[in-house]
Amino acid sequence: MTDPNDSAERPTPQGMPPGGGDEAYRRQLEEIQKVDFALVELNLYLDTHPTDLQALRQFNQLAQRRQQLCYAFEMTYGPLMHFGHSFSRFPWQWPDTPWPWQV
Amino acid sequence: MWIYEKKLQYPVRVSKCDPMMAKFLREQYGGADGELSAALRYFNQRYSIPDKVIGLLTDIGTEELAHLEMIATMIFKLTKDADVEQLKASGLGAHYAAHDRALQYKDASGVPWTAAYIQAKGDPLADLYEDIAAEEKARATYQWLIDLTDDVDLQDGLKFLREREIVHSMRFREAVEIIKADREQKKIF
Repeated sequence: MTDPNDSAERPTPQGMPPGGGDEAYRRQLEEIQKVDFALVELNLYLDTHPTDLQALRQFNQLAQRRQQLCYAFEMTYGPLMHFGHSFSRFPWQWPDTPWPWQV
Repeated sequence: MWIYEKKLQYPVRVSKCDPMMAKFLREQYGGADGELSAALRYFNQRYSIPDKVIGLLTDIGTEELAHLEMIATMIFKLTKDADVEQLKASGLGAHYAAHDRALQYKDASGVPWTAAYIQAKGDPLADLYEDIAAEEKARATYQWLIDLTDDVDLQDGLKFLREREIVHSMRFREAVEIIKADREQKKIF
């Protein structure tokens, strides 16, 4: 595992990450959005169908897939979440654009 | 505790600057059956609802916040390139005078959001029927909004939101059945 503080691989020190908001960024984000959509659907479904084992298996499988996709996205574009749910390189990447409405 | 995610639930695209449509979209931003009302209604009802339904209210309320951000993004994108003349022509002259292009929790007619929109009776079935009605009203509003624009990119986002209201309504109907079944079981034992 790479050191999340290692800034050597980070091409631009400040502002928008490389390619932030461009076509590749949107494509990679959309892959996460697709999995997340299924997860939200399964989550709400399980809230009222807690004994559906098939749905639960699918939920856990996709939750794992989501972790992988988010990790790969964050290595390129920076943290998706705050408060310690994502890592940051130096300098602190959370304020970097684009914000969701700027994409 | 809530955690923010730096992404929209579903991509929001618009194909043109359209401040008048932005004005209409405020119905789902700061309107009685809008996304702000929905999120706050569900979060607030959690404290007086049976345990079996708290998870559902938490999850749907959280999704409503994501929808609020999508509506805000639509309004932002539809107005950011509008000049003063366009804002005036679309009926946003008064808004510009007080707020420039800043967003406001107001409905399509400019009425400010009020806590009076939030219903909580403390009776689980009354509250869930309220929630079902709110989802159905929001679904209808999304349909009217889709009818009001010919922007297919904007329609795509609005159709996603319309479908979510249908799913939420279904889940709330199931929650009603869960509470009824729970009451029956308590009578038997």
